[in-house]
Amino acid sequence: MSGVWSFLHKLGSPRWFYRISSQWLPWLGVLAGGLLLWGVVWGLAFAPADAIQGNSFRIIYIHVPAAFVSLAGYYMMAGAGVVSLVWKIKLADVALRAGAGVGAAMTFCALVTGSIWGKPTWGTWWVWDARITSMLVLLFLYLGVLALYEAFESRETAAKACAVLSLVGTVNIPIIYKSVDWWYSLHQPATIKLTRAPSMHPDMFHPLIVTILGFYVLYVVLLLLRMRAEVLEREEKARWVEELAQGRGLAPESGG
Amino acid sequence: MHPVRRQRLIIVAFIVVGASAAATLIFRALSDNMNFFYAPAQIAGGEAPTGRTIRVGGLVVPGSLKRAESGLDLAFRVTDNRAELEVDFRGILPDLFSEGKGVVAVGELMPGGRFKAAEVLAKHDENYMPPEVHEALKKGETAGLAATGGDDDVR
Repeated sequence: MSGVWSFLHKLGSPRWFYRISSQWLPWLGVLAGGLLLWGVVWGLAFAPADAIQGNSFRIIYIHVPAAFVSLAGYYMMAGAGVVSLVWKIKLADVALRAGAGVGAAMTFCALVTGSIWGKPTWGTWWVWDARITSMLVLLFLYLGVLALYEAFESRETAAKACAVLSLVGTVNIPIIYKSVDWWYSLHQPATIKLTRAPSMHPDMFHPLIVTILGFYVLYVVLLLLRMRAEVLEREEKARWVEELAQGRGLAPESGG
Repeated sequence: MHPVRRQRLIIVAFIVVGASAAATLIFRALSDNMNFFYAPAQIAGGEAPTGRTIRVGGLVVPGSLKRAESGLDLAFRVTDNRAELEVDFRGILPDLFSEGKGVVAVGELMPGGRFKAAEVLAKHDENYMPPEVHEALKKGETAGLAATGGDDDVR
């Protein structure tokens, strides 16, 4: 237990975070790129076409992973909000703000690919059904956090307000997830569920698992990059950032 | 845990629980208005308003699609396995429109009980399979084997 606490405590130090993330990023970047390339080539070129939708179903290999990550990313952001409110760890504020930007990008990606998919299959770019509308609300929540952050002079007040907004917004996540079951919608119910086998042929499903994993790792990479930029901006007056800017590198902290 | 932090954690829990309770109450009150379309049984039961644009959804009854000799006029029946509704439409149907499959029509309920659609959207299900598997399932079904390709209900 004490190991976990000391790890969390170190994670709260911007300098330690910057150094450790420098070590992780190349590996994570290669992993994300590899998984995405593998999954996308497999899904687009080698997986069989769908019996009913033909090749247009292949956008699923981007649409579903982006949607997955946009929902999971919201919980990450709200979790950072809890840590920020309760333990007042600065790095949690950084994660909250970075998570809003990356999450908004993922949600936008899910909405755009869904729209492109809707035209050849449903016959429309957009409808106001429960699933699509609640996803749009998610995008506005992410953008709302970003905007709210800018609305305050002090970083502490901004972080507090954003944490509360992201906590309130968590009610939207189960609504998005269950919207296709609770109400009649144009969007079909979930293909992948924890409680049963996916209603998708294994030859089509396996590349989807790979792109979903790839999107999760990509999310982590983008989040770390955004957080590092934010850390440098916040710590611009710290000596280690000055040394970094002068090209003197980042030495390990003495005494942890 | 430090008392101050415990207090903050309680406030956080209160925010989440309060917001969830509020959302639950709102969506309970809205319930039916959250539906994207009416089912034919709801329309037969008089739940849908006449004289304004609504949506109706269900499965296209196999063999019910009738096209006019010339022009783009067509008609089909939509069912939810409880009631059926006649739909008239002039236009081009989406590629995925087919008998026995899901459809959502946007339009107006006519006094005679027919539905005049201005737009027809195809609904697809959550099952994905290669054409060969689809063929095999179809053959299995016609041969009377228990081939289940997933639940093809109204949603």
